[in-house]
Amino acid sequence: MNNGNGNGHAPSVAPEIGTVVYRRPAALSPAYTHYCPGCTHGIIHRLIAEAIDELGIRERALLVTPVGCSVLMYNYFELDAVEAAHGRAPAMATGLKRSQPDKVVFTYQGDGDLASIGAAEIIHAANRGENITVFFINNAVYGMTSGQMAPTTLLGQVTTSTPHGRDAHMHGYPMRAAELIAGLPGACYVVRRSVYDVRTVRQARKAVITAFKTQMAGLGFSMVEFLSSCPTNWRLSPSDALAWIRDNMEPYFPLGDYKVADAVHKLSG
Amino acid sequence: MAMALWKGNEAIAEAAVRAGIEAFFGYPITPQTELLEYMSERLPELGRVFLQAESELAAINMVYGAGCGGAHAMTSSSSPGISLMTEGMSYIFASEVPAVVVDVMRGGPGLGNIQPSQSDYFQLTRAAGHGDLHPIVLAPSTVQEAVDLMYDAVPLAQEYRTLVILAADGSLGQMMEPAWMPPMRSLPAESERPTWATRGAAGRPKRIITSLYLNEDDLEALNIRLQAKLRTIQESEQRWEEVETADADVLLVAFGSVGRICGTVVREARARGFKVGLYRPITLWPFPTPRLRELAGQMRQILVTEMNAGQMLDDVRLAVEGRCPIGFYGRTGGVIPFPDEILEALVDLVDAPEAAPARVSGEAP
Repeated sequence: MNNGNGNGHAPSVAPEIGTVVYRRPAALSPAYTHYCPGCTHGIIHRLIAEAIDELGIRERALLVTPVGCSVLMYNYFELDAVEAAHGRAPAMATGLKRSQPDKVVFTYQGDGDLASIGAAEIIHAANRGENITVFFINNAVYGMTSGQMAPTTLLGQVTTSTPHGRDAHMHGYPMRAAELIAGLPGACYVVRRSVYDVRTVRQARKAVITAFKTQMAGLGFSMVEFLSSCPTNWRLSPSDALAWIRDNMEPYFPLGDYKVADAVHKLSG
Repeated sequence: MAMALWKGNEAIAEAAVRAGIEAFFGYPITPQTELLEYMSERLPELGRVFLQAESELAAINMVYGAGCGGAHAMTSSSSPGISLMTEGMSYIFASEVPAVVVDVMRGGPGLGNIQPSQSDYFQLTRAAGHGDLHPIVLAPSTVQEAVDLMYDAVPLAQEYRTLVILAADGSLGQMMEPAWMPPMRSLPAESERPTWATRGAAGRPKRIITSLYLNEDDLEALNIRLQAKLRTIQESEQRWEEVETADADVLLVAFGSVGRICGTVVREARARGFKVGLYRPITLWPFPTPRLRELAGQMRQILVTEMNAGQMLDDVRLAVEGRCPIGFYGRTGGVIPFPDEILEALVDLVDAPEAAPARVSGEAP
């Protein structure tokens, strides 16, 4: 369901009074989310829902939800959905997509889910060129279990399991998942985005649509990594958390396109 | 189809295809690998799904995903691989997604070896994942029976929306013997797919398949429903075979390959004048308790024999409830007992039921 101008954004000319300029996408349910104030899951959910509406795929989309803060996201989308074990979403998505190739199958996974316990599943799904779409939410911390070190926790970052800051000698290095996965021949579209300001939100929106289009064209594995905020476990205000993404995460996890196959370029062209 | 000579693993695979399996996800492990290899040729030829997964963990979760969509999906493995699959099996059971798993058991614990064993009995019947759960566990003793049980496993999984495990062992997987293949079942049309399956929310409310119930009352309600289903399965699905039990006063209890070996033991014991019968459970879960309890009333002794250190033995004790003495003879480590060994243990038990010790794995008599 669109608002009339086809992209979910307010038109440039002032609308008539009584004209709907902004509404809940049909792919989002009218539920209140359980996310903390200032968490960017909500923005990313909305971008995905808008893309599903715009592409007209709500009735053939299948969502595979993770273990982590977004474990209940099936309540927030008006889609058929399944709940995976921790890290196994790409394997479940593989089973769904292989047996229903006409569907649009996507996972939504946090950093612990995708880059730690599910590292094998994501690497092999990508390497097979599995024709699924993955949204990877990187907030550098374990949110649901209340703030432990994630595989993407920055060096020096204090968490409840790195009380003196992450130390490379003791804990290893923050993992750059997009770069790692982009190096696999089966991966077709791998980009990193964020949602800390209007500019990055608009860039992220386009990437979500391209990722779905990649799958719909049968081109292969697509993934959008999002640098996302966790004000609660970062112990920051919502606005400071957005600045923390920009000032601390982005230098180590640069936004950008890590793998865009030629066929994907032709799609958006 | 005429009777033909089949290798056990390949026979199970072909029976699965004919039973209606549409998607197979697996990982190589001896002694079940021929099953996966057979599927890699056979399923694509029929336009169905075959995928070699990166691990048993991934394989069972691919089965889970395909099953959520209403596809008839399966995997196969052997003991160490089944250990890895127990995470996924718990989720499958909890969310009531039909699935079929084949376990061609090998010697354990640990990496063990690749010889035949029955030492996954506890894992399959008691501990196929965390939480209160039991899969249906079917234990064939011949290649033909493996074919027949595989053919039944798919509709059983669908009927009860549960996990069905075919528990074979390395000898059944590797041996060749004649078997009849059942006819090919047709696959369901789109309109025949289950009303719970996630196939896209087109013109209907969304469907969610989950095993997450954060509210304790909701989770207890789920457990009450699952336990009621298990009781129905217990009442309706017990299977066993009896050999010469009518006049028997000594009973052998054995399953799978050992049950087959015990057929020979019964003949030899009867030739020596012992009135011996055999009770061979075919469903390990639900264990066929009531009939065994009934038979125990007429027995002087029962000898349980397994290729493990005494696992089904617990179920026999629970069934018999002290009605007669129970002896045990087991071999472990992938050793297959000879009929003579079992017969000797049987004779010892008959001669001195109170003195005969439970013997495991090559202990001196």
